Amino acid sequence: MLTNLPDTLKSRVHVAGIGVISAIGVSVNQTLQAFQHSRSGIGPINFLNTAHQHSLPVGEVKFSNDQLEKKLGVKPHLTRTALLGIHAAREAVAHARVNISNWRSGLISATTVGGMDKTENFFSEFLQDEQHGNLHDVINHECGKSTMLIADDLGINGFLSTINTACSSSVNAIMLGARLITQGMLDVVVAGGTDALTRFTLNGFNSLMILDSEPCRPFDATRNGLNLGEGAGFVVLVSDRVREQEAFDSLALVSGFANTNDAFHQTASSPDGRGPYSAMEQALKTSGLTTSDIDYINLHGTGTLNNDLSEGTAVKRLFGENLPALSSTKAFTGHTLGASGGIEAVFSVMSLMQQCVWPNLRFAEAMPELGIVPQKTVEHASVRNVMSNSFGFGGNCSSIIFSKA
Amino acid sequence: MVSVEIVLQLFFRKRSTMAIYIKGMGTISPQQSWGDETLLSQIMESNGDKLTCYEPEYEQWIDPKNLRRMSRIIKLGVTAGLMALKEADVTNPDGIITGTGYGCLDDTGIFLTKMVLNEEHALNPTPFIQSTHNTIGGQLALLLQCQHYNQTYTQGALSFENSLLDAVLQLQENPTKKLLIGGADEITEASHAIQKRFGFFKKELNSNLELFNAPDGTINGEGASFTVLSGAAGTHDKASIEAVQLFYKPSYAVLQNGIADALTQCGINPSEVDFVLSGKSGDERSDSMLKKAIAEMFASSSLGYFKHLCGEYPTASSFALWLAARILHEHHIPDAVIIHDTGRPVKNVLVLNQYFGTYYSLMLLQSCRATL
Amino acid sequence: MADLKKQIIEALNLKHLKPEDIGDDQPLFVEGLGLDSIDALELIVLLQQKYKVKLANPQDGPTVFKSVKTMAEFIRANQPA
Repeated sequence: MLTNLPDTLKSRVHVAGIGVISAIGVSVNQTLQAFQHSRSGIGPINFLNTAHQHSLPVGEVKFSNDQLEKKLGVKPHLTRTALLGIHAAREAVAHARVNISNWRSGLISATTVGGMDKTENFFSEFLQDEQHGNLHDVINHECGKSTMLIADDLGINGFLSTINTACSSSVNAIMLGARLITQGMLDVVVAGGTDALTRFTLNGFNSLMILDSEPCRPFDATRNGLNLGEGAGFVVLVSDRVREQEAFDSLALVSGFANTNDAFHQTASSPDGRGPYSAMEQALKTSGLTTSDIDYINLHGTGTLNNDLSEGTAVKRLFGENLPALSSTKAFTGHTLGASGGIEAVFSVMSLMQQCVWPNLRFAEAMPELGIVPQKTVEHASVRNVMSNSFGFGGNCSSIIFSKA
Repeated sequence: MVSVEIVLQLFFRKRSTMAIYIKGMGTISPQQSWGDETLLSQIMESNGDKLTCYEPEYEQWIDPKNLRRMSRIIKLGVTAGLMALKEADVTNPDGIITGTGYGCLDDTGIFLTKMVLNEEHALNPTPFIQSTHNTIGGQLALLLQCQHYNQTYTQGALSFENSLLDAVLQLQENPTKKLLIGGADEITEASHAIQKRFGFFKKELNSNLELFNAPDGTINGEGASFTVLSGAAGTHDKASIEAVQLFYKPSYAVLQNGIADALTQCGINPSEVDFVLSGKSGDERSDSMLKKAIAEMFASSSLGYFKHLCGEYPTASSFALWLAARILHEHHIPDAVIIHDTGRPVKNVLVLNQYFGTYYSLMLLQSCRATL
Repeated sequence: MADLKKQIIEALNLKHLKPEDIGDDQPLFVEGLGLDSIDALELIVLLQQKYKVKLANPQDGPTVFKSVKTMAEFIRANQPA
């Protein structure tokens, strides 16, 4: 069963299309405008029915489920996670202009909440009586079901996978897609992730006391936690052969990546950031690049005291005093959990396409321990290689590098 | 639409001398599947529509200080993982890859319940953090201080197969690695009640051993089964894995061609398959396509079932892998498994699984003794 | 304080301990019982649920939860009438 392809036969991995939906826009173009105008999507909760509606700011997509259903023309009662995922995946596939049914295609998605947005509505009735609660609300509970719904919408049935490694989920999905292409097993992979806001996650993070009651300030000395967000981000990855035959210019190359584990604590990152460090270091190694080749880091940068210090420590240890431009775009979108890797992969590719680095909003003062000053404004720059980090509960650390094609 | 068989054909190359070797296994299931017992010498029988695990003393595997936060599924998965590592004599694997279809249901339910009852106020964080699907993999990494590759798949009844495929990809690049992979799913009161309402299970069942006597519905199950895999052969290998194949909503033609192609790539004819271990579930509607494929392609092979022993759950194929490997290692098919015995010696086992007619998978295992 | 110890054992699922195993002044975190940040959060919930005392800033945790004695003192000082 095992035969390793020699390096000369291994395909490169091209990004042919991108799609994204988040608090700052329902498309790549809207997202770009938000970046250019430093327009954050963090604000009061509008659609989610929760006791915290007036006390916790979030990065909510500015469309209700009904509106998304109408926009997409899908059958009713799909979960919000699936709706967001279908929206972004469709955009990515349309952008790629590759006929995926002509190739060996796969869908690799990621989600942490799955259909929980509907399940939690079911549960309050179910708790009163096991025969109560609408079964329509739980039929798509499983994480894998969201992926099935996206796959069925796109017409992909060749290869299906769903990853849930908490907040590093969707970058792991993209990495798996890249590996399947490199090893000649698939030609086209739609990869990324999706997560909707739910009472479950809002209350879960609230119980951990890491939510900021104000809009978050990643990497700032006075940061006070994260804001939850929602959304979906997908990339269409293709092989050399697809790119040649379909004759288009790729948007970017996936040039390196790594998946490691911090193995320090279930939810907290190690103080010295060993997991983040090794993820970034190994991603560089697999890409053949050095730290001076990285022009922009899209940080995980949630805004929690723990993550930003840990990640910042790791970044400084790896890059030394020659830090590239870096920012956390979670100040725009909030922390989109399982979707964050996919959404921020799209932001990274946009950085390469636009030759721009994105700002770290609401930054005022550097962390005294590290003195790191992130990118404060949108700026045109020579961007050759972008590194994007995603770190999650369970110690899961992932880092991926996109390069100019 | 590109037919699925073209996709899957390229998962396998021409047969090489390398396969994947099972170094050690750990399984906790509704049967006596851990300890040094002879394979399925004693069958656990129960009435009703669910089978629940026969569990070990977890304190013998996990320090009480670490155990205190673990829900049942975490204990099941972590312990099965530790059992596999012990059998394989590996202390720090090069990667940990877990598959779970349902995730951590109990803690999800606990947090949801509290959220409703307390009206989103004063909630305990522990069940929330324990509810994430990657908790088993994360806890294993923490206990073993394993900072290597760590992944969790949750694609329904392909979750374990995704994990296996990931391992194949990695071992393809570096055969000397030792990877811990596994599948785990649990039953909770809430999940069982909900699934019952969907009509998944038999209305009346006196014994799990009578699962296949009537066509309506299956039986709920749970378990955790982990295995250490490597691309390098050793003297204590339990069995080798020669092929793995995944299908999502295939037509019959796609399924049949996919199975045939996988076997061709391994250099064997369907008639050379000694034993088919079938994922027949007891629900005729779900089982029909699988039944047809087996009848048409493997009429001369011995046949056995396993879901009357472990029940139906997304990662039941991980139980099947353990069972197939043990059968090959011990050169014996337990009476409780065999349905049709042709008397031919078992040098290979083809696991053919299906899950509610949506997901299908194939795993071909071979005896390591055959190559010695 | 015996009651408080029982409640701590239950909240943190320290099944292997009895109240008499926990000294009044024994450090709860880092050394001593070796509790961690999640346990601190659980203790905050315990204060709220059993004593209606709120600890709004988790940064105060290390001081308040230093030992069972400091916890008891904090409860006495902040419990609503």
